[in-house]
Amino acid sequence: MGISSTNNEAAPISTANPTRNRTLENHQGPPEGLPEEPLVVIEPNGGWNALELRDLWAYRELLYFLTWRDVKVRYKQTELGVAWAIIQPLFTMLIFTLFFGRLAGVPSDNVPYPIFAFTGLLAWTFFSNAITTSGNSLVGSAHLITKVYFPRMIIPGAAVAAGLVDFAIAFVILVLLMIYYGVGITWNILMFPVMVLLTTVLALGTGMWLSALNVKYRDIRFVLPFMVQLWMYLSPVIYPASFLPAKLRSLLLLNPMTGIIEGYRSAMLGRPFNWIALAVSAAITLILLIYSSYSFRRMEKSFADIV
Amino acid sequence: MKPIVRATTLGKQYTIGTREAAYDTLRESITQAVRAPIRRLRSGNGKRNVDTIWALKDVNFDVQPGEVVGIIGSNGAGKSTLLKVLSRITEPTTGRVELYGRVASLLEVGTGFHPELTGRENIYLNGAILGMKKTEINTKFNRIVDFSELERFLDTPVKRYSSGMYMRLAFAVASHLEPEILIVDEVLAVGDAQFQKKCLGKMSDVASEGRTVLFVSHNMIAIQSLCKRALWLEGGAIADDGGAGTVVRNYLSHSFGNKSSEEEVWPDIETAPGNDSVRLHRVQVRSLDEASDQHLTTRTPFCIDVEYWNLQPGANLTITLHLYTEQQVIAFTTGSGSGDPEWSRRNLPAGLFRTTCYMPGDLLNVGRHRFNVLVIKDLSSVIYQYESAVTFEIFDLDERALSQYAREPGVVKPDLKWKTEQVGAL
Repeated sequence: MGISSTNNEAAPISTANPTRNRTLENHQGPPEGLPEEPLVVIEPNGGWNALELRDLWAYRELLYFLTWRDVKVRYKQTELGVAWAIIQPLFTMLIFTLFFGRLAGVPSDNVPYPIFAFTGLLAWTFFSNAITTSGNSLVGSAHLITKVYFPRMIIPGAAVAAGLVDFAIAFVILVLLMIYYGVGITWNILMFPVMVLLTTVLALGTGMWLSALNVKYRDIRFVLPFMVQLWMYLSPVIYPASFLPAKLRSLLLLNPMTGIIEGYRSAMLGRPFNWIALAVSAAITLILLIYSSYSFRRMEKSFADIV
Repeated sequence: MKPIVRATTLGKQYTIGTREAAYDTLRESITQAVRAPIRRLRSGNGKRNVDTIWALKDVNFDVQPGEVVGIIGSNGAGKSTLLKVLSRITEPTTGRVELYGRVASLLEVGTGFHPELTGRENIYLNGAILGMKKTEINTKFNRIVDFSELERFLDTPVKRYSSGMYMRLAFAVASHLEPEILIVDEVLAVGDAQFQKKCLGKMSDVASEGRTVLFVSHNMIAIQSLCKRALWLEGGAIADDGGAGTVVRNYLSHSFGNKSSEEEVWPDIETAPGNDSVRLHRVQVRSLDEASDQHLTTRTPFCIDVEYWNLQPGANLTITLHLYTEQQVIAFTTGSGSGDPEWSRRNLPAGLFRTTCYMPGDLLNVGRHRFNVLVIKDLSSVIYQYESAVTFEIFDLDERALSQYAREPGVVKPDLKWKTEQVGAL
């Protein structure tokens, strides 16, 4: 809707006594010719709903603004600011290197353990932060949900997107580490964006579903940190998948993060891809995304009433 | 003409009761799932509806393009629920709404403001949350800032704003929304008188621009001056729909008409409030203006009657009233001890007495009031104090001008004499 009036600039609005003349400026007029079909129909919807992707697209700018808000606000009033995005995976890597690499002697597929662990932690930190923040995002946005309409999926979506910014910062450290250890870049790096996409989609699918459940069952808030911790040990973050006996290894494939984390290492460190593991991860990720989107849509109707 | 909003058989049912109104826990859901079939077996057909309430029931209305509709009703009548359904925040249980235009709803001023972000950043964030596009905010940015008068503080985090500044910025953003249908909840209930005045001024602008507006308010003067039409909701259903003046009058006389002469009566001396010395028989508020017996306005003189039984012959009793405003501030204290000096020296025989306090017009300000009755013995000791359940509402004058319809601050609203004269030349 364009604003054609220029009178407004000429007559800055005086506050105390708004006069009626001002109504002539800014003239919009009644909407001419209403559409034949209603723009919006509000009806009770039982059961499963359509995803309304068009609606989601119309609100893409809000997704951008909420992401931007999350990023801006996250490190406000912290002394170290964005450095936290680096400190988290870096120090975890140092500790893991010390305990698992040196003391326990966990193998690392012939790459230096620090860089092996950091690659895994980079992916894992992004994923775990994303599902934690998005899992709590709806409950934390109760004031929005009860006061204004927009597609609710944007809230957990923005939380995941904000995690990408931290991921990008920590990625710089990985590049520095690679230079330090003299790890060369191979054509495998072309798969890197695919890995990021897969992680994002998996985080979105998981986070969205958890956030919706969290509205109804606040237990999720307590389950989350616990689940994230367990999940990490069940993913090849601090150990290579090859470390496990063959039987367990195929079981580990059911964890979509297995293929993804190994995929990151292949992309960055030039190791061969395990295409089967990747395909399984991608399939599970996609199924999870579809399931959780529909399940989110089903649950979202009651958000405003119970949040 | 074809309506821009059409609601048919709209209903919204809420589950009440502590369990479901609050959130469930997984454990409860699991135990529920196990118990429910057993309970159903025990109580035969166990589908009970006692835990639900219809916040809206069978609501039908059409709104024409350009119409400004006021929605009135007592608290809990379903006004906010209706707005929430219309703005797609919550889903109706029954019925259907068709919207033939872009909707923006303003159920709160400053939705989504983040305290850590600056004024400038919040303009963008809040604008986006209310449904504005980034380019739209860019073009309106200067006007929003002008309207808020906060240029100097644009780069200050809003957590350092005073609440007045916060409201000003929030309203500045909200008032630059340009949807075809605007839905506004009681935003005017917050802020000081000047802010309210500004909001209402903007509202009347929006209204005269030909936009369709649905507007909930408890401010009857605002409703009457902004809206041609009003919907009166009562118990979730439409009680009246028509011209704003008529609907407001019906609503007021229904809700408060009888209350301007409301009373509490205790016919039985044994159970009446009091003690061995005195028992109350009746307290009552009466309008003294025959013409406006519908409701009390700031100008109406009225009186409070207190009837009581004196049980101790020879006692010297006087009555004192403490008059409270809605905010629980004592507006003033008045007593028959000094108000009726001749009578107050008498010793009363046992019997039923009535003491009346006459309140002139132009005394109390707009709002709801209540009072405490104190029975005083020998002009010195309080022998009984009663917090009356009678409340009475003082309404604003109908004829007050548009520019003045916000409630003026103050406990009292006296009609004082003023005079201006020139006392010298330059």
